Formats: sequence, C-alpha cells, structure tokens
Amino acid sequence: MTVKTKEEKYNAYVKQVTPTTNMWLNICKAFLVGGIICTLGQFITNWLKNSGLNQEDTAAWTSLALILLSVILTGLNLYPKIAKFGGAGSLVPITGFANSVVAAAIEFKKEGWVFGVGAKIFTIAGPVILYGIISSWLLGLIYWITQLF
Amino acid sequence: MDYVKAFLIGGLICAVVQIFMDRTKLMPGRIMVGLVCLGAILGFAGVYQPFIDWAGCGASVPLAGFGNTLYQGVKEAVDSDGLLGLFRGGFEASAAGISGALLFGYAASLIFDPKMKN
Amino acid sequence: MIVGKQSIQFEQAVHIISAASVAGKKEAEGPLGNLFDKTYEDPYINGQTWEEGEANLQKDAAAIVMEKAKMTPEQIRYIFSGDLLNQLIATSFGLMDYNIPIFGLYGACSTMGEALSLGAMTVAGGYAEHVIAMASSHFGSAEKTFRFPLEYGNQRPFSATWTVTGSGAVILGKEKGIARITGITTGKIVDYGVKDSMNMGACMAPAAADAIYQNLMDFDISPEAYDRIITGDLGYVGQTILIELLKDKGFDISKQHMDCGIEIFDSERQDTHAGGSGCGCSAVTFCSYILKQIEKKAWKKVLFLPTGALLSTISFNEGKSVPGVAHCVIVECE
Repeated sequence: MTVKTKEEKYNAYVKQVTPTTNMWLNICKAFLVGGIICTLGQFITNWLKNSGLNQEDTAAWTSLALILLSVILTGLNLYPKIAKFGGAGSLVPITGFANSVVAAAIEFKKEGWVFGVGAKIFTIAGPVILYGIISSWLLGLIYWITQLF
Repeated sequence: MDYVKAFLIGGLICAVVQIFMDRTKLMPGRIMVGLVCLGAILGFAGVYQPFIDWAGCGASVPLAGFGNTLYQGVKEAVDSDGLLGLFRGGFEASAAGISGALLFGYAASLIFDPKMKN
Repeated sequence: MIVGKQSIQFEQAVHIISAASVAGKKEAEGPLGNLFDKTYEDPYINGQTWEEGEANLQKDAAAIVMEKAKMTPEQIRYIFSGDLLNQLIATSFGLMDYNIPIFGLYGACSTMGEALSLGAMTVAGGYAEHVIAMASSHFGSAEKTFRFPLEYGNQRPFSATWTVTGSGAVILGKEKGIARITGITTGKIVDYGVKDSMNMGACMAPAAADAIYQNLMDFDISPEAYDRIITGDLGYVGQTILIELLKDKGFDISKQHMDCGIEIFDSERQDTHAGGSGCGCSAVTFCSYILKQIEKKAWKKVLFLPTGALLSTISFNEGKSVPGVAHCVIVECE
C-alpha cells in the first residue's frame, strides 16, 4: 500500500514540474489548420457540384482529392511540418488518416514490398478502420432490430 | 457562406480535439479511433447527417464524418438487403476513401524514401 | 576492491587510451559540433536504411578509436557495445567485420556506462590488455522502433527528447592515456511507476538519484568530491527532478550537475524540447566534450552516469510503467 502512495506522489510531482504546452496557442493553431483543410474540401466540393456531379460522387471525389493532396505533402515531407504546427488541426481531417497510411508505407518499404509495406501500411490507420466497421456494424444491428417491429 | 461555415465548424472540431489531446496525453491513434466511433454513434442518433447538410465539409472532412459515412452505408444496405447489409454497407460506403489511401499510399512508397526530421 | 554495497574501486586505475566520437548533421550543428571526430551530412550515414546507417556509425567510431591509439583489431581483446534496436542489430552488423570477440549489451540509453564498467572490470581483472567500450543510437532507427514512422505528423510535448544520431567509443587499457577510470557504482532498476514514454527524464531521474546516492554512500564522500556529476539524458525535466530527489536525501548536487542531453543540443535554436537522448547521447558527449575537459585537467574528477529507460513498445502497449537504470563511472584526470 505504501508503494502505491509513493508512486502516486511521484507522478503528481512529475506532473507539476513538467512544462506544459501553451494550450490556447495550440488551440488557435489547430483551429486555423483544421479550418483551412475543411475550407479546401468545401472548395473542391462546390466546384464538383457546379460541374454537375451528384451528392454522393461529389463527397467521394472530395475525399479522394484531399487524400491525394495529403499523400503528396507527406511524400515531400511537408505534412509532418504542418502537423507540428497544427496538431489536431492536421490529425482530425481525412488528410491525417491518409498521412498515417502513407507515412507507414514509405517508412517500411525498406523491409520489403510484402512484409514491409504490405503488412505494415495499416500500422496506425488500421485501428480506425477496424473500430469504424465494428461500431457501425453494432449500430446497424440495433437499427436492423428496430426495423423488425 | 459555405466557406465560412466549413472553416468555422471544421476549425472548431479540431480545436476541441486539441484541448482533449493536450489534457489527456492520449496517443493520436486512440483519438482517431474515438472520432470515428463518435461519428458512427452521432450518425445513428440521426444528428450527424443534418449537421453535414448544414456545415458541409466542416463536418464531413473531419474523421467523425468518416464514421458517419460508415454508419449511413450500413443503414442503407440494411434497408435494401436486410441482415446481409450489415456486412456490406460499411465498406461499400467507405470504399473510395480506403482504396484511395491504399493506392496513393502505395504509389508514394514507390516514389519517396523516408526522410530525416530536422 | 569491493566498496560498499554496489561499488568497485580499482586498485590500479584503468586508463582510457583513446576516444572517438562520430555524429549526425543535427549534432554537428549543435554546441559540441566542432569537437566530434567525424560528422555526416547524409542522414543514412552512407547506408541504405536507418539501421545500416547506425551500424556504420559504430563501424566508423571503432575504426577511428583504434586509429587514434595506433592499434589494429588484433590488439583488441574484447568489444563491449550496444544500441537501442531490437536484438542489437546496429552493433552486430557494424562490428562483425573487425573479427573481435564481442559482448553485446543492452542497458537502454545507459549502455555506455555499462560498457565502460564491464570493460574496466575486465581490464582491471587482468583478463584483457585492451578492450573497446562503445554505444550508438540513430534518430531515424529509434523513432521507427519506438515511436512513429518519420513522415507521420504529430506534435512532441515539451518533455520529449530527441534521439542523438552518433556513436562514441573508447579503448581501455593499463598504460597511461587521456584519463583513468578509478571506480564504478552499478545501478539497480528503479521504478516509480511513471507510464509516460514521452517524459523519459521523469522515468529515469529516480534511478539516477539512487545510483548517485549509493556512490556517495559507498565511497563515503560528498558531492563536492566531484568537479562534475554528469547524467546521460535526463533533459531539463529530469534534471529538475534529480536535484530535488537528492535534496530530499540530504545531498545538494545543483552546482556539480550537468546532463549530456542538455549539452549536446541548443534547445532554443534546434527545437529539441527537453534535450538529447539515446545511447549515443551520453557516449558521444563523453568521448568528445567530457574527456577533452578531463584531458586538459579543467575537471579533475567526474562522476559519469548514463541513464536508461527500460521499456519496449510491447511493455508500453501492455500497460507497464517505465523503470530506469543508471551506471556510475568515476573518471579522473591522469
């Protein structure tokens, strides 16, 4: 029991002496970067809509365009710089998801095309897909049950 | 007006997540998983789709929009195919995004080498 | 001679005959940049992968340290070396061509202290004429092993450290050299239950405090006996904690304390946050700045203790805390 209190005390002390990031500044940066990426998406969406695409195809093309942009920026090593500045602003949009896929693909190519890139491309993004599918499946099941009555 | 809404709402979602990250020290992977699940739940609750209709890309570009897409896909597939739709809908709706990330990511790994951070 | 609980005092000091330090571009641009024997523009250190690059760091450090002592690989009885990668691949692939009997060591970032301790014991015991003690780390290979792919965008907290790209090597022997090792205190594994892998300083500070305290008790001396007490890679956060922890035990080391991680980078200019880290951090700083200060007798007696955080990605994912370890080496001028 005494060990635990010692650990707790130390952890509390560590928290106190560890400098924290300037939260307000970080929030503003995240707001700015996230906002810009979403506005860019809106710009693509509006342009596609005006050229006569339907709602669903527009959404898909917008995602693809943002993913491609993120992949190029990651390959040129610019996305990590944007992320360092923008934090959640670059993590939360679909571009952050794409970055996590392409970063793993580039890093692990040295370990081979099958067991390197092939096996590790979803190292970071895999959980997002797995839990996205599980949660939508469970919610869909509830929806299916409600439709029975 | 579309652009202002996309900027403000998208920015706001990111800002809230930033507070969460700084406060909790959660790893980015957990944050991403949480956002997708949250999007699916809000989609189920019937909140997220109207939110996207109003805020446009401000709501659809963040990962929560991806979760909503998954759920909407499952829902539509259940409506048309019944129980089998549960297994079809998610990937059907997200196919473009996932395939895009995989294909572009693979292409990038052919072109680019890992680089040092400064 | 066995001293106290955890220490050895060598009846005949073991001499450091030569030292070599090699480092990457960012380290070369740092405050110690012009003290290194060799620096590299190429982040892959003339290899194809990060791992090959780190192996090349060890290869070059070993070559330079032997060249400086005018020795050939046949004259080296043993190598004591280690790195941070799984199964020590940088050590194995970097040093195999020398055909020297080798002990591969893992002490996380404390490896240089472990290598110096074991090397000095081997020489003092009369089991070898000359041995090499060395260690390395590489930013790219360490990030890939322990954190994220380098292209992945994320923010590093202020408590995070920057893995040093570099390798440091010394040759130990019985004849007079540039400095001498007069004693060691081997550290225990100390765990205060910190789980934040982005705050290594806080994980390792208790181990450093424990090792320094034991050294002072075993040799029955006060911190003033040393011109410097030099930790490996505690960084700014760990330094604050270490000084506080030792104050609680009745010793004030705030005047003597120095940290290799703080010295090797200019945190303002180079954006390295809490400082440098990795086996290479303490090894490179020791083999350049610290030994040069001792050689010119600016410092007469130094306590050098590289610090290591004992975690792996598996232990971290399984929810284990991050224990620390630190190995003290007493280095005096000739």
